[in-house]
Amino acid sequence: MTVNGWLQILAFCALLIILSPILGRYMAKVYSGERVFLTPIFGGAERLLLRCFFVDPKREQDWKSYAKSLIIFSLAGWIVLYVVLRTASIQPWNNYAGVEFHAAPWDVTFNTVSSFLTNTNWQYYGGETTLTYLSQMLGLTVQNFVSAAVGICVAIALIRGIAGRSGKSLGNFYSDLVKTILYVLLPISFISALVLVSQGSLQNLSHYVSAHGISGLAQTIAMGPVASQEAIKMLGTNGGGFFNVNSAHPFENPNGFTNFFEMLLVLIIPASLVFTYGRMVASRRQSLAIFATMFVMFLGGVTVAYAAEAHGSPAQRAAGLVTGVRANSTGGNLEGKEQRFGIAGSAIFDVVTTVTSCGAVNSSIESYTGLGGAVPFANLSASEVIFGGVGTGLYSILLYVLLAVFIGGLMVGRTPEYLGKKIEAKEIKLVALGLLITPLTALFSTSLATASAAGRASIVATGPQGFSETFYAYLSQANNNGSAFAGYTGFIQPAAGNVGSHGVTFTDLLGGFTMLFARYAPILFALAVAGALAGKRVSPVGLGTMRTDNATFVVLLIGVIVLVGALTFFPALLLGPIVQALTGHLY
Amino acid sequence: MRRDILTGFLSMIILTILLGFAYPMLVTGVSQGIFPGKADGSLIKRNGVVVGSALIGQQFYEPVIGTNGKAETVKGVAVIQPDPRYFQTRPSGTGQPYVTGGTADNAAGSAFSNAGPNSVATRADDLANIQTYLKLEQPYDPGLSAATIPVDAVNSSASSVDPDISVANARIQAHRVAAVRHLPLSTVDALVARYTTARSLGFLGEPGVNVLELNLALDRGPGANS
Repeated sequence: MTVNGWLQILAFCALLIILSPILGRYMAKVYSGERVFLTPIFGGAERLLLRCFFVDPKREQDWKSYAKSLIIFSLAGWIVLYVVLRTASIQPWNNYAGVEFHAAPWDVTFNTVSSFLTNTNWQYYGGETTLTYLSQMLGLTVQNFVSAAVGICVAIALIRGIAGRSGKSLGNFYSDLVKTILYVLLPISFISALVLVSQGSLQNLSHYVSAHGISGLAQTIAMGPVASQEAIKMLGTNGGGFFNVNSAHPFENPNGFTNFFEMLLVLIIPASLVFTYGRMVASRRQSLAIFATMFVMFLGGVTVAYAAEAHGSPAQRAAGLVTGVRANSTGGNLEGKEQRFGIAGSAIFDVVTTVTSCGAVNSSIESYTGLGGAVPFANLSASEVIFGGVGTGLYSILLYVLLAVFIGGLMVGRTPEYLGKKIEAKEIKLVALGLLITPLTALFSTSLATASAAGRASIVATGPQGFSETFYAYLSQANNNGSAFAGYTGFIQPAAGNVGSHGVTFTDLLGGFTMLFARYAPILFALAVAGALAGKRVSPVGLGTMRTDNATFVVLLIGVIVLVGALTFFPALLLGPIVQALTGHLY
Repeated sequence: MRRDILTGFLSMIILTILLGFAYPMLVTGVSQGIFPGKADGSLIKRNGVVVGSALIGQQFYEPVIGTNGKAETVKGVAVIQPDPRYFQTRPSGTGQPYVTGGTADNAAGSAFSNAGPNSVATRADDLANIQTYLKLEQPYDPGLSAATIPVDAVNSSASSVDPDISVANARIQAHRVAAVRHLPLSTVDALVARYTTARSLGFLGEPGVNVLELNLALDRGPGANS
């Protein structure tokens, strides 16, 4: 580890702490319907869009109605995306790679569509060899925006449920959706895309370039509208790369500055939403407690990953390499990492994108050391609540907060209350289901894939790494993260353009259903919790009320998150990454 | 219900046009206006011919000439080897360095190596890369051993098209390039320093030597400016 490495980590944390309350306050105003500085610019567009959708923004929805709109909208999104991806061969701007691009097979497309719809962005496809420019733009870019917006809508609905003083209304789904896109995602993405282009990220619709190398070798260089997608891919914690190697590609992430900038884009909305929450429930201390919980766990992950990667891997040492830091060399485990990011820039990026549901990678997680690779595992095992995905992080940690309040209430022997609202049997049942569905889906799918010959066909690595690959694949898909031990595959593609390619049907379908189920079931439970809380009366704070905004509660909350994650996943983790971390043995 | 379904599809289609067409087109238009070279891939031309991109790594290999004076081939593909006149990029997951092949790093089909930390195959790759590096550099830098080779020269990059190498790696290769080109080592070292990209804002990322730009500068001759 180097001083400079730590400087980057500290600068990143400082900037996050400074910026997130500002954006959080802004978003609270947006969702409360107050005027913001963008209202004069987008107010007209907002009203026009809602009129085109035949939506009356003043129509308040209870949780069932809100959920119905969300599900139908998602279903429409699924169908539109499937059609876009499957019609590649008749799209314009095809043939830019020198070959005609055909659609990927139906099973791979099923996986990809489910993956983008659920904000997972799992990649069984390799962008530049599989997708036309129009598929990337009309298909993937759109879902990058929309799936992120849906996540935020659910979080806002849950906040309204907790904050609600009367009635059952959670707001209006389409109104929230349009506000999120126009006032938050679109303006930040637009500016960020230009920042990325200024550093060297691509933005064109050109043919792939044939270069004639100076020693006589030919090189084909992929082109495309990269920056516009890269910006929202990070901001919306989506993570689906324009290129196969995602943010490791110099055209997606050209230098140390863009690496830092992209990490900030990933965490800024999840971190800000915590402050949006505090403002909307009128308790800044509440948001500070949640932020502290997330931040402590985040910093722990960064420290472990950075230290492990700086130390180097058993394979390197067995080959005779010395992996310490020395003059003019990063040292450490540089397998699958880029020189310009080095060890620190790769390790922080790795943690940032696995605590959130982003799943972008700037280095190959499969090549991380056992311990370094265990950090993304741990992050996923904590169900994406350490900042988490846009919206999903907040609504998931709020479910954990309710669980912690319940456990705390049992300990002190009082009816558990959160912000004056009684947490009763009905709510806690919904909370428990909402929290357990994701881990259970992950474990169920992993078992199915490990125990069946069809599932094992997707594994490339041998020894414990083979299990790690499989486990990570379903853990990542269930948590809608999308990062991967990328050896595990569901798509066999002999040449660019998909001629002769085929999917691994079992793996594609299992993954697709895992993502869909683990996304929409918890959303429904979160909305149901919101509905149950919305109508509750607020009782005044008394002497015996358990505080939920102090250090004790932060410790309790961390304990609950770690305990649930550990109890659920420890046996499985032992078989993969922990074995690898504890041994110098090569397999 | 029918109205809900209508709203669902209508909103999805309108948003697709707004976010999937209008937004990327607007970004493309503005980018092409303000940053034309960068938006088009930071391409580098020499004598009017595109030789690569400043951001994309490539390999600097030459054909192996057999004893009969002709280029050797295996199954119709030319056998190539590192061109000693040039600095060499990092091993790549797709370029298959040091074996047969006709193309430089595949910049139209990027891929990870996915080499695991506890894998026998990773050790084998590392050992092979160490041997190749030593074979190429040791004659010009006799003190070099496996323990002193910087990791970036042995471990594959993530993108498979990493444009940079570490300064330590470049300083070792400078011995060979200087000897082959009959230049003073100090001249080559000075070029290495000139084409070293510092950390962004002084502290973000790691410094790296841009191999393509450095090699182009060598070809222009050490006396030439820019």
